[in-house]
Formats: sequence, C-alpha cells, structure tokens
Amino acid sequence: MKMLLRPLGLIPVLLIVLAMMFIGCGKQPPERGARRGAGIGASDRAAAALATYVAPGDLDEYYLFYSGGHSGQVFVAGVPSMRHICTIPVFTPYPGTGYGFDDESGEMLGGYTWGDSHHPGFSETNGEYDGRWLFINDNANGRIARIDLADFKTKQILKVPNISANHGSSFITPNSEYATMATRMSVPFPEGTYADVTEYATKYKGVVAGIKIDPKTGHMSLGWEIVVPPLDYDLGDAGKGPSEGYLFWTCYNSEREFIEGGKLEVTASQRDKDYILMVDWRAAEKAVADGQASTVKGAPVLYPDKSPGICYYIPLAKSPHGVDVAPSGQWIIGSGKLSPTTTVFDIEKIKKAIAEKDFEDTVDGIPVLTYTSVREAEIPVGLGPLHTQFDGKGYAYTSLFVESAVAKWKLPPYDDPSDMSQYVVDKIPVSYNIGHLVSAEGDSRSPDGNYLVALNKLSKGRHLSVGPSIPESAQLIDITGDKMKLLYDAFTEPEPHYAVIIKADKINAVEVYKKDDTRWSKNPNAIWSAEEAKIERRGNTVEVWMMAVRSFFAPDVIRVNKGDKVIVHVTNIEQTRDELHGFAIDDYNINIVIDPGETKTVTFAAEKGGVHAFYCTNFCSALHQEMQGYLLVK
Amino acid sequence: MRNVSNGRIARLSRPLVMHSRILVIVAALILPFTFLTPLWHMQFVAQQYPEGLDLYIYSHALIGGDEGNDLTEINILNHYIGMRELLQENFNEMKWIPLIVGVITILTLRAGIIGTLGSVLDVVMFSVYFGIFSLWSFWRKLYLYGHELDPTAAVKVDPFTPPVFGHKMVGQFQVWSYPAIGTWLFFIFGLMLIAGMYFTWKKKPASG
Repeated sequence: MKMLLRPLGLIPVLLIVLAMMFIGCGKQPPERGARRGAGIGASDRAAAALATYVAPGDLDEYYLFYSGGHSGQVFVAGVPSMRHICTIPVFTPYPGTGYGFDDESGEMLGGYTWGDSHHPGFSETNGEYDGRWLFINDNANGRIARIDLADFKTKQILKVPNISANHGSSFITPNSEYATMATRMSVPFPEGTYADVTEYATKYKGVVAGIKIDPKTGHMSLGWEIVVPPLDYDLGDAGKGPSEGYLFWTCYNSEREFIEGGKLEVTASQRDKDYILMVDWRAAEKAVADGQASTVKGAPVLYPDKSPGICYYIPLAKSPHGVDVAPSGQWIIGSGKLSPTTTVFDIEKIKKAIAEKDFEDTVDGIPVLTYTSVREAEIPVGLGPLHTQFDGKGYAYTSLFVESAVAKWKLPPYDDPSDMSQYVVDKIPVSYNIGHLVSAEGDSRSPDGNYLVALNKLSKGRHLSVGPSIPESAQLIDITGDKMKLLYDAFTEPEPHYAVIIKADKINAVEVYKKDDTRWSKNPNAIWSAEEAKIERRGNTVEVWMMAVRSFFAPDVIRVNKGDKVIVHVTNIEQTRDELHGFAIDDYNINIVIDPGETKTVTFAAEKGGVHAFYCTNFCSALHQEMQGYLLVK
Repeated sequence: MRNVSNGRIARLSRPLVMHSRILVIVAALILPFTFLTPLWHMQFVAQQYPEGLDLYIYSHALIGGDEGNDLTEINILNHYIGMRELLQENFNEMKWIPLIVGVITILTLRAGIIGTLGSVLDVVMFSVYFGIFSLWSFWRKLYLYGHELDPTAAVKVDPFTPPVFGHKMVGQFQVWSYPAIGTWLFFIFGLMLIAGMYFTWKKKPASG
C-alpha cells in the first residue's frame, strides 16, 4: 500500500512547479546573446548623435589621455567625438614614430621593451591642470615617465630603486611639487634581497615615494622613500585645499600574508577593514632635510617608527581600490571593493584625530586613526565600488565593477543621515565591468561637470567581432543633467586603466620644431642644408650628417666596411607641418622617424655585408617613393 | 592781354602756399613708413594648404609668412617644376628701390620747404615713372621665374607667369596677388602731392 501511494506524494510537488511556471510568465529572462543597454530610444539616439558629432574639420572640446596598460603607451583621443588621435609611445618601442629605434629614445627605454602604464596625471598649478606635462607610471618595472605636452613626446623615464610593481602612481600634488610612486607587491627590502615568502610578514616591505618635479623643466628626481608594512599600496590621490600637504594611498592585504598556494584573493580578504595610508609629504621633506633619512640603494629612505608624524593609517572597508579627494579638498573618498559602500572622510576630523592622538591601533609604528572619529558617512553606492570622480556641482560618481554601473551620489552635508540611500541619486549601467572612470578635469579643483568616461574592462559583443582577443571599451556619458545619459561607445587597444581629460585650449603644442625655437636645446649634430651634409671616417667608425627634405636624402650613398660602427644623424630640415620623414635601412631593423626641424641619431654595427637600400618610411610627397639611397657594406 | 598758356606755366614758379607746404611735407614723412610695410602680397591656397602660404614683397626684402617658412615651402614646391629658388639676393630691385624711395623723400621735403609748384610736379612725375618702372620690373621677374624652368625638372609644366595683379590658378594652387599697405601709402603720398599742388594752383594772385 505504502509503495502504491508513494508516487501520489509527487503530485503536490508537480503542482507547485506548474504554479511557478505560470507566475514566471510575468518576467522573462532576456534572450541569450542580446546586447544589453543597446536599446535606447530613437530620440535619445538623435540627441546622443548630436552631442558627440564633431563635423569634418571641426575640433573636439577636450583631450582625453588614456593609459595604454601593458601596451606601455598613452593613447590620445578627442572628447566628445572619442576619436583616437594619436598614440604617444612611452615604455614600449613604437616603429610608427620611430620611438626606441634612435639612440636617445633607445637609451631612455633602458633595455626594456615594454611597460605597464596605468595612471596618467597632469601637472598642476594651484590645483588646476596647467597643460605642461603628463606623468605616467610603469606598474611593471618601478618607473615613471614624463611627457612634454608642448610636443607630445616622452622626455624622461625615471627608474626608482626599491619600488616593486609601481601601481600607486603617478598622482600629482596641487603645484606639481611631487608625483607619487608606491609598491603594490611587497618584496624583501632593499631591492635585490632574498627572503622566502614564509617570511612575508617581517622581511617583505612596501615603499611609497615622492618624486620631486623641477618646476621649470619638469625634470623628475627621487625626493624620498618611506618603508612601510608589506601591504599592497594601490591607488592614490594628492590632497588639495584643506588637505593640501597630504598624500593618500589605499592598501589591501592588511592581513600581511602571502601563503604559498593559499590564494591571495582569499587570504587578503579576511579582515573587515584595510587602510588608506596618509603621508604628510611636507613632514617627509623636512625629515630628509633634517638628516633623518638613510641611504639605501641610492635612495633617501625614511622609517615611520624612527620619523613619527609622517604616516597614518585610516581604516577603510576591505580590499579598497581607490581613494579620491573631492574638489573642495575637504572630503576624502575611499571605496572597498568588497563592501557595497563608499566611505567619506573629513580632513578636519582627520587633523583633529591626529592632534588628539585619537588612535585605535599602531602598525609597525604607524598610528591607525579611530575609524568612527574620522568617518563622515558611508554611502550605499552598490556592488564593487572602486574609483570616484566629481562634477564640481556637489556630486560624486563612483564606478561599480561588480554591478557594472556608475553611481551618482551627493557629497556632504547630509540633512538626514538615517537613510543614506537617498543620497545615491542616479545610476547608469555600463558595458561592461567598469574599472576607472574620468570626468572632464575631474581631478582638479574645478571639474567641468559635462562629460564622464567609463573605462570598462570588458567590451564583449558591443563591436564587430574580432575573434577572442578583444579591445577595451570606453563609454562617454553626459553628466550635465540630473540623469546620466549614455552617449557613445569607443574601443581602444589594450588596455587603458585610468585616463585624464583636459580642456583643449590648455594645451598649446608646437606644429614643427622651429629652427630657432629656444624651448629645446640645439642638437649639435643638426645640419640645415644639403651643402652641410658630410660623411667622416675615424678608424672603424663612420659618422654621417644627413639631411632629409622633400624628396631626397643628402648624402644618399653611405659606403662602409663590414664591421664598421656607423653613426647616422638625420635632420629633417622641413619647417612645414606634417612633413615628416622616415629613415629605414633594409635588413638592419632600423626605422627612425624625424619630425620637421628634428635631428635624430641612430648608431649600429654594419654586420651585414652587401648593398642595403635605405628609404623614407613616412609618406611625404608626390615623389616620396623616389626618396631612397644605399648603404654599401664592403 | 596775357598769354593764357604762358600764365599757366608761370604759375609753376609760384612758391607753395601754407596748406600746400604742410601737405607736401606730411606726404614726404609718409614715405619712410613704406620700408616697414610690404608693397605687394601674394597668397597661395590649395586644398592641403587651407591656411595658405603668404609671400610679402617689401621694397628691400622678400619675406614668407609663418615666420619666413612659407617662402621655404614655396621654394620646396617650386623645385619640383624646376623653378629657380626665390632668393632675396637675386632681386636687384631690392637694392635700388629703397635708394630711390630715399631720394624721392628728400626731393619731396626740399619741395615742401623751399620749393615751387614746379618742383612738386617734378617729384610727382618722377614718382609715377618710378612706380611704373618698378611694376614692370616686378612683372618681368615673375615672367622670368615662370619661364626659365629647369628642363630636367621632375614635373614638366608649360611656362607661365604668376599673376602680378589679381587671381590665377597655378597648378593645384589658387594664387592671389595684390598691392599691400606700402603701395597704398605711395598712392596716398601721390594724392597728397596733387592736393598740395591744387591749393597753390588755385590761389588767386595777390595782385593784378
């Protein structure tokens, strides 16, 4: 009997399943493969088209400088058209402009053939972008570079000792006193030291550094390094206004562990809070001036326990990836990516806590400020908050990686702190998985409040398929109104992390290198006419002073013996915009590109015998094809 | 009864009246400014040169726009058709024109201070001749540049004369050629001299 009744027991279960199926009819899952967020209405499309259309011959309103990630470069685009304009090679050779092939840029690359450019930062004057230089870090090789915005060329790459995986860089102080560098992946200190990962907590150290910037030339030099506990110093910002004088870095892995096979993603996510590291850079500068620094691997190094009053930790929701200072300088905003909130700290409360020694803990001599004393508010922005930008109108915009959205929320003050969710005023989905975001002049004291670009890590399916190796996506968003509006999808080479946007009229780039421009030191090897061209031999060295003009080289024949050292200085004597010339030698892996008025030098050993043609690679004129010559290697 | 024509000629020996003196002296003082301003302006515009190339011809110099680079650019382009390089030192006009302008200035000042109606007329006549001769010389120069082309040039074009006055299509370039401020100053100079002559000419004789 029991056996017979058992199947009947299934009947209620079946009924429940049927009922659920009927109820489920109300909300269907989206069709698989459908393009999310693509279904904007026709009127919105027309408005977006008008807002982003830059007619042929017209110019964009803003420059957008993307970091190029592991391409090692910087990409330049226009806003609002989002058109890619040029690539500035920084850490990686780039045959397109001959970068890394001539002696000078080759030397600057220092033997590396790639870098990992992450966070561009403009030079500033009184907290405003001044359009002089762009700084960019190399996350892979402890380097930072400076691009001169007068000619959009990389002018200096500084390699700094003791910094491992320079991620917390290149944030700039309000009068360009310093750019920052910071260790993301702690290693034994000083660099080159061996210690097993089992000694991570004690032997491994992080380093944060201030890179001094010459106010006239932009030349970078190491100001100071501070040895800090082995956390991952990640992203930062410089204080301004009331917070001027401080540098902030978020850091994770306050568990200070690296357990072999233990998965850092797990072990570094155990504590409820990680930190913001706050550094008083004026105090650091003074400590070095007072002789408190010891020299390690050539670097002036400070230790927080021996030089108190420089470093403080501020507790922040766990696994943070982003701390940003609001335009007023009063609010310091940090986001812990594993917490659905963004935290606002008040610099006045921070200063008070320091004055009153209101500390909840001390880590290796670094006081930890009492969280509840310095926190202004926690904003429930959404899942996976990372980076925050501003519009200058009292609102902040935080990227939500996990939720794949941007949240717009109100900065303090708050009338009704009992329900903080009311201050999250708008949210827009982005495609997909946003990392950083950037608003027009968003790091300055006066953001423009019109454009926001979401820098998305994934772009899957929003462009014509190009196989599995997929570009990144950058989406332009209109933030002029109460509601954010998606305007445009752009795609970039791998892989922008952060980007910065500057008003176009702040940059005044030269069109050519004028012969008599005093901004650049004269190249002693420049020649300005075919008559000055010459070839000299000294022993086994052959030196050539060559000029290029439409449409010939002088000299156009170089005779050397096999094994000679050959030095060729090429001057492009053109003074006309866009009359670039290239100089490439067949089979010698040489291609330099010389801008109008520029002189470049390439040195090589003539190891391959026979006759090798050289020619102009950068199309110049109707008789460009005829612009050629011969290297005769006897 | 007075002979009318004799009377008119006799008027030429009249000393200048005050109005005329002032006009003639001011006119003389205008001339040095022609050294500071171009006499002629040639502009070359093509699709790939939307901002144009400018060539300014001064009494003593040949100057390209864009801080001189436009002249270099014009020469670079001209080399393809085998035109000789436009070089200031090849323009003898630029040596004698400033000298003549100086001579005219001194003669005009002299006429204004101690001269008669006749000496002003001399200056006018000489200046007109000088102007016409200079223009012819300019046209001749352009003609020669456009006709004495190197037969081995990469690009073969029919001989041509660039425009002296007005607009002309030369290859892919639209060329405009017009007098510039310096030439207009010469015109004002001439008009002031004529006005100066008029006041003395029209003055009623003091007696009889």
